[in-house]
Amino acid sequence: MLELRNLSVTLDNGKEPVEILRDVSLSLKENKIYVMTGPNGGGKSSIAKAIMGIYPASKGQILLDGEDITALEIHERARLGIGYAFQQPPRFKGIQVRDFLTLAGGPDARVNPCNLLIDVGLCAQDYLEREMDASFSGGELKRVEIASILARRLKVAVFDEPEAGIDLWSFQKLTETFRDLHQRQETTLVIISHQERILRLADEVILVSGGRIADITSHEKILGDIRRIDSDCLCRQGCNREGRADAECHR
Amino acid sequence: MLNVIDKRLLKEVADLHAIPQGAFNIRKNGQGIQRHSTANIEIVTKADKPGLDVLIKPGTRGESVHIPVLLSEGMEDLVYNTFEIGAGSDVFIVAGCGIHNPGGQKAQHEGIHEFFVREGARMKYVEKHHGEGDGKGERVFNPRTVIEVEANAVAELEMIQLKGVDRTRRDTLVRLHKNARLIVTERLLTHLDQEARSDITVDFVGEDSTAQVISRSVAQDRSRQLFHLNLRGHARCRGHIQCDSILMGQAQVSSIPEISAFHPDANLIHEAAIGKIAAEQLIKLMSMGQTEQEAEETILKGFLK
Repeated sequence: MLELRNLSVTLDNGKEPVEILRDVSLSLKENKIYVMTGPNGGGKSSIAKAIMGIYPASKGQILLDGEDITALEIHERARLGIGYAFQQPPRFKGIQVRDFLTLAGGPDARVNPCNLLIDVGLCAQDYLEREMDASFSGGELKRVEIASILARRLKVAVFDEPEAGIDLWSFQKLTETFRDLHQRQETTLVIISHQERILRLADEVILVSGGRIADITSHEKILGDIRRIDSDCLCRQGCNREGRADAECHR
Repeated sequence: MLNVIDKRLLKEVADLHAIPQGAFNIRKNGQGIQRHSTANIEIVTKADKPGLDVLIKPGTRGESVHIPVLLSEGMEDLVYNTFEIGAGSDVFIVAGCGIHNPGGQKAQHEGIHEFFVREGARMKYVEKHHGEGDGKGERVFNPRTVIEVEANAVAELEMIQLKGVDRTRRDTLVRLHKNARLIVTERLLTHLDQEARSDITVDFVGEDSTAQVISRSVAQDRSRQLFHLNLRGHARCRGHIQCDSILMGQAQVSSIPEISAFHPDANLIHEAAIGKIAAEQLIKLMSMGQTEQEAEETILKGFLK
């Protein structure tokens, strides 16, 4: 359904071009839950941004239902059914939550912003009229961000560390929301996370390190391995051309 | 008589689709053309200079006053309006001005408004400027607003000017007495080669007086804006200024913060920010299906709401 073929992304940091993703190949199937995990700076968010079109591909292709979307802009990919919940969503002075969620639903959607807020554990009465400005805490903003993804019927929804900044009580609600979204809307979910409870939702876990796909495995295996592989090894693993863990990494 | 253009201008500056309920005075090209007073609100022509005295009886509640001004090409209008808002009243005042200038000559409006918000009264004042017309003649607004807010009274000001005005110099001076409260919301958008300057000075002369001034502006193309927002605490008071500007094209914005405390318990804050639209905001809205231009419009619309 969504395929990344030998995708590379090079960004210019002002001094020199830096290749942040190298030859990433990934095939995501319909109606599955994928959890992307791996060490910080390994390339998880970069893959998500490349899927959404925020980072342009320097090499390789991205295909959605067999159609090459590599050259499409962000809004064109959004209209094809790709959504991305930011790790650190921006604030909007003057824009109320109700208007934001209505926009997120798109021109044809019949979203009910109240229900969306309830889905992410926010009281609609308290939040609908609120502006998304500096008065919003990081956790509140994050939940509205997730609600904005729930507003549209998507083929692929990418969530970048959705649990960050969210309290323990809401975290439970969040996992239920992901299950529900997956079942009700038949959306393929890609969740970037380090949390065991999120990992346990996964049909497959994608291990990303050093700008590469290091492994695609099950959550049982990754949770077992996590006790035996430290992050330094994951880094070396990512740098390894074969994409296999070095034997010396295992304790 | 009001023509089609007049009616459109009235809608723009005063949200009037028809002759308003309550007290009103419609001024066109320097002449009053329609007026209505009510039992509680009397509108009287000044004897010594052009303008009106608007007298609101103490205890008047839930009533409104509309005093829109309409101007055409070649007209330079200077008007002095005085508002006496009686103690304990609660009123809504709309004083918009619309210029339709299709020709080559300047059209200018200078509105000097003086308000006395008496003890315990509450006033909401909306001032909206609108300019239109294809001609090269300048459209100029220079409002000066002086407000005395007596003890326990509240003044809420909403000042809006979105495009269409070539030059504006806005002066607002407010004195707050004991336990008086001021809320100011200013919205300004300039484009092309337009120039705008806004000076707001608030003197806290009474104990426990408070003020919140929120100024938001967008400067596009080659336009220039200058803001000088000044809080002066002469008593125990609380004041907060928030001045945000979005910069686009080759526009220039200067924001001059000034807070002065003349009393040990004056608590004054000034926040000012000037910058482009954040890339993250654009990207977020684009990831919801909006084009870059649509995203920009959404952000500006929200910012200036």
